[in-house]
Amino acid sequence: MPLLLVGAVTTIWITAIAVSVGVLIGLVVGVARLSENVLIRGLSRIYIDCIRGTPLLVQILIIYLGIPNLLFVITKQQMPINVYVAGITACAINSGAYVAEIVRAGIQSIDRGQSEAARSLGMTRAQTMRYIILPQALKRIIPPLGNEFIAMLKDTSLLSVIGVEELTRKGQLYIAVTFASFPVYLGILLMYLAMTLSISRLITLAERRLAVSDRSD
Amino acid sequence: MIVVTDLYKSFGKLEVLKGITTRIKEKEVVVVIGPSGSGKSTFLRCLNLLEQPTAGKIVIDHFAVTDPQTNINKLRAEVGMVFQHFNLFPHKTVLENIVLAPMKVRGLSREEAEERAYSLLHKIGLAEKAAVYPSSLSGGQQQRAAIARALAMQPRVMLFDEPTSALDPEMVGEVLTVMQDLAEEGMTMVVVTHEMGFAREVGDRVLFMDEGQILEEGSPESIFQNAQHERTRVFLSKIL
Repeated sequence: MPLLLVGAVTTIWITAIAVSVGVLIGLVVGVARLSENVLIRGLSRIYIDCIRGTPLLVQILIIYLGIPNLLFVITKQQMPINVYVAGITACAINSGAYVAEIVRAGIQSIDRGQSEAARSLGMTRAQTMRYIILPQALKRIIPPLGNEFIAMLKDTSLLSVIGVEELTRKGQLYIAVTFASFPVYLGILLMYLAMTLSISRLITLAERRLAVSDRSD
Repeated sequence: MIVVTDLYKSFGKLEVLKGITTRIKEKEVVVVIGPSGSGKSTFLRCLNLLEQPTAGKIVIDHFAVTDPQTNINKLRAEVGMVFQHFNLFPHKTVLENIVLAPMKVRGLSREEAEERAYSLLHKIGLAEKAAVYPSSLSGGQQQRAAIARALAMQPRVMLFDEPTSALDPEMVGEVLTVMQDLAEEGMTMVVVTHEMGFAREVGDRVLFMDEGQILEEGSPESIFQNAQHERTRVFLSKIL
């Protein structure tokens, strides 16, 4: 059991880093997706389509095994990549694509009158985005962002395949010794459930705190 | 002050403005009336480039509005706009709504901007609402705050796009009063409205637009008492 707890902690911090980086990527790509520049818009579109259209498991394998192999072919030198770095990178890049679409939808959900009012005051596109659109959009994307966090937390179980000792992998190692498949897998399941339910609660709290300006008092 | 020459605007195949030509003098209050779909709002929105004209020329002061070289943001800072649906920023208090652009666009310090904001809020009777969010204001209060927000940039021209159309009837008066005061102070104003009383009392000139053209223009008396065109008369008989 303490073994599983260690795994759960690993799962949590891997998810936290992956989603945090994913949110940063998503903010940039989500705004870029609505750029007036065709090239920027096109590139962000390609990134989103490619990542969302391919399995995370294969993305993980490409980064952990595929890229070092490619580098070996080019440089003739072995360049192994740390399994945690590879795993988190894959998850962050994956998460970024989903967050980008969440950000784009959030920006587009803000009434056009808001940007018209800001622009009519002489504010630039960038100022309008930063002071008017994004603060309002961020408030609306908290719930879908919570979903993304939960989805990523579960998806990190795929990292067990490359040997990252997160919750699922720790469980498998434990089963290899004890052969107690059912109780261990059930325990893993319940721990994932406990984590995702906690995140849901945190998101609800965050939503309430951000709703201040919607109150009429 | 504003010179519009042969202005055309199309949305896809739909031609909304078909050759608008007019001049607006400094301190003049021009009221634009006409049936819905006549292009009044589009005309107004072309003046600060919220709509990009398809063809034609607009000059405001020394700004060649339609020249691609012109810095649109600099122009817009000089042209205030008030919208039908107020478009206050809901995540900012009334005070923050007003000080934001003067600080970010004009580079005023917070103290300067707040001083200016409070004096405007006093003028429009909303001083005690400085710290509240727009959602707790009535429609009339929101629109007055929106006017203050535009005025805080100290623009040379104010554009009003049906400023009272979204208001409950009992709140129309308070907004029109603020606009009237502004006109009396000598602000150059272009007002799209259905408030014929305002047009008559405050307007220096009335433009009647129909199907993308200025069909008729003149002093309020000449338009309201002896309109030259049948369509102007029909429109006025329906609305008065």
